[in-house]
Amino acid sequence: MEQKNSYRAGPDEKGRFGLYGGRFVAETLMPLILDLEENYEAAKNDAAFAAQLEDLQTHYVGRPSPLYFAERLTAHYGGAKIYLKRDELNHTGSHKINNCLGQILLAKRMGKTRIIAETGAGQHGVAVATVAARFGLPCTVFMGATDIERQKPNVFRMKLLGADIRPVTSGAGTLKDAMNEALRDWVTNVEDTFYIIGTVAGPHPYPAMVRDFQSIIGRETKEQMLAREGRLPDTLIACIGGGSNAMGLFHPFLDDGEVDIIGVEAGGFGLDTPDHAASLAGGEPGVLHGNRTYLLQDDDGQIIEGHSISAGLDYPGIGPEHAYLRDTGRVTYVSATDKEALEAFQLITRLEGIIPALEPSHALAHVGKIAGDLPADHLLVMNMCGRGDKDVFAVADHLNVEL
Amino acid sequence: MSSHSTDSPRIDALFDRLKADKQKAFVAFVTAGDPDLDISAQILAGLPQAGADIIELGMPFTDPMADGPSIQAASQRALAAGQTLMGTLDMVRDFRVTNDTTPIVLMGYYNPIYIYGVDKFVADAKAAGVDGLIIVDLPPEEDDELCLPAMAAGVNFIRLATPTTDDKRLPEVLNNTSGFVYYVSITGITGSAAPQQQAVADNIARIKNHTKLPVCVGFGIRTPAQAAAMAAIADGVVVGSALVDVIAETAENKAETAEEVLALASALAEGVKRT
Ligand SMILES: Cc1ncc(COP(=O)(O)O)c(C=O)c1O
Repeated sequence: MEQKNSYRAGPDEKGRFGLYGGRFVAETLMPLILDLEENYEAAKNDAAFAAQLEDLQTHYVGRPSPLYFAERLTAHYGGAKIYLKRDELNHTGSHKINNCLGQILLAKRMGKTRIIAETGAGQHGVAVATVAARFGLPCTVFMGATDIERQKPNVFRMKLLGADIRPVTSGAGTLKDAMNEALRDWVTNVEDTFYIIGTVAGPHPYPAMVRDFQSIIGRETKEQMLAREGRLPDTLIACIGGGSNAMGLFHPFLDDGEVDIIGVEAGGFGLDTPDHAASLAGGEPGVLHGNRTYLLQDDDGQIIEGHSISAGLDYPGIGPEHAYLRDTGRVTYVSATDKEALEAFQLITRLEGIIPALEPSHALAHVGKIAGDLPADHLLVMNMCGRGDKDVFAVADHLNVEL
Repeated sequence: MSSHSTDSPRIDALFDRLKADKQKAFVAFVTAGDPDLDISAQILAGLPQAGADIIELGMPFTDPMADGPSIQAASQRALAAGQTLMGTLDMVRDFRVTNDTTPIVLMGYYNPIYIYGVDKFVADAKAAGVDGLIIVDLPPEEDDELCLPAMAAGVNFIRLATPTTDDKRLPEVLNNTSGFVYYVSITGITGSAAPQQQAVADNIARIKNHTKLPVCVGFGIRTPAQAAAMAAIADGVVVGSALVDVIAETAENKAETAEEVLALASALAEGVKRT
């Protein structure tokens, strides 16, 4: 039973987390998302579905991912005890696979024969292409033309996996535009197609469903920390694009009031410039991609393209449950700039021998801002949600290194 | 069962007149402010003369998820030329100075209206002379957002019914609908391939089992011949992408844009009236 006054009770039957969320989609899609909701509810209560998912998580993904004590990083900052939740060790190199496995099992269960997805950094696209290959379903990935340029290794990986990559040139050619195009495909191919959304956004039931599939991160963390330290962590930190890795870590802890929870948005060139992707810090509530949430937009309600050094974070919105958690004050949201993330990226690579993705480098940048001022018995967990292989070319570019 | 509403008389009056004349409605879609405010206002002013019975005026949005490349580009041209929601309402107000009969239906996405403020928007739209709203991303599940406030303010809320709207769902979709029902002839985005006549006819018959409202058909209709064929089975025919494409094609020679768009509108209107 959910407790009363729980932060974990949402969404309601309209798919709302307080004011946020909902089902703002074209009529053509409405019957599909109702059908999806019904099938997801049934799957959730089916022990066979859970068993199949768990088996794949163990033997295909490699879960549980370690909770690693970052000894040298801890010594470097000289404060809190820093743990990394190592979801970058997952098969395909990020947390995205957790969600993709859940959704493709659901797609199979619903008898769908074609998979579509949007991707920004390409990590979600790679994870989708991977599960599509594993289950023998054709797969089309929509990716902004700009992102294709800055994430070449992932584009090639997806092609190797057999995915059909559709470059999207509308708008700025990034994640938001890829999502528009995926929705357009879905409205057109309603009979056979399953849309695997990559983050805790979109129309209900996606935000709740993706959260549920990602919550394995937080559940493992809780267990591992209890086994290791005999108590819950004091602080959780994760980066936020749409917010799925963060929600996955946070959700199991939301009702543990003693745990401080911090989400780190992409500060781009700085919040005092127009070039960032911090929708909570710099946006207003609005409606896009099927849900109400904080959006970067102008006075006329036109959406503004986000900017971040990280292609996985430059989404102008954020999952609706994060909007709710911000308004209620349960989670604190901060930001880190491109420059800070790049510095953190280099630091942890040298100190821990872990090359992180640029996305969690933002979370790490915030760890660097607070860890030194915290006592030595303060337990801090950062979600290392992706590895940096995909980013080495982009980072070389930023560091003016010719490869 | 839905019935005629009386609160926004222009649409109801139009369909009463067309019915008496055994005529069908030609609904012309253009995006407000495309390619710029002046030319767009010229097009708007000329459409009734060209034979448009209803004008569907697109409210530009950066992320038109249900639109194909033609209408996406129209939105982008309008926004680049500085169009705003307030500017769109001003266009309607100016149009009403000389035309008090042709219904205007605003079509678009919810976010700009939400940011404008729902109550202020429906009041301002009504005052400007707007007759109806078609908001793509507001299904019946979200009626509290805009549909109910619009109806309370005397603005028709025109619903989209689609091939995926089954008999179980139709009553819900038709509830709180007024003016007319917009039947989306295909599963897809605007500017897609032409619909199958028989499938559309079957679906219109299905919808008419549930409502007395007129049913107009749109999506994928481009030519006078297609318009004539659809007019034979529906109460009205909507054409958008084909008109908007003329604006794109004349981008190098904008002096001709209004004239060319209106010429195509005339040909389409003739197609609709041929039946
Ligand atoms: C490694 C990694 N982390 C984070 C993100 C951002 O997504 P989310 O906020 O949903 O976790 C991405 C998205 O591509 C990613 O690849």
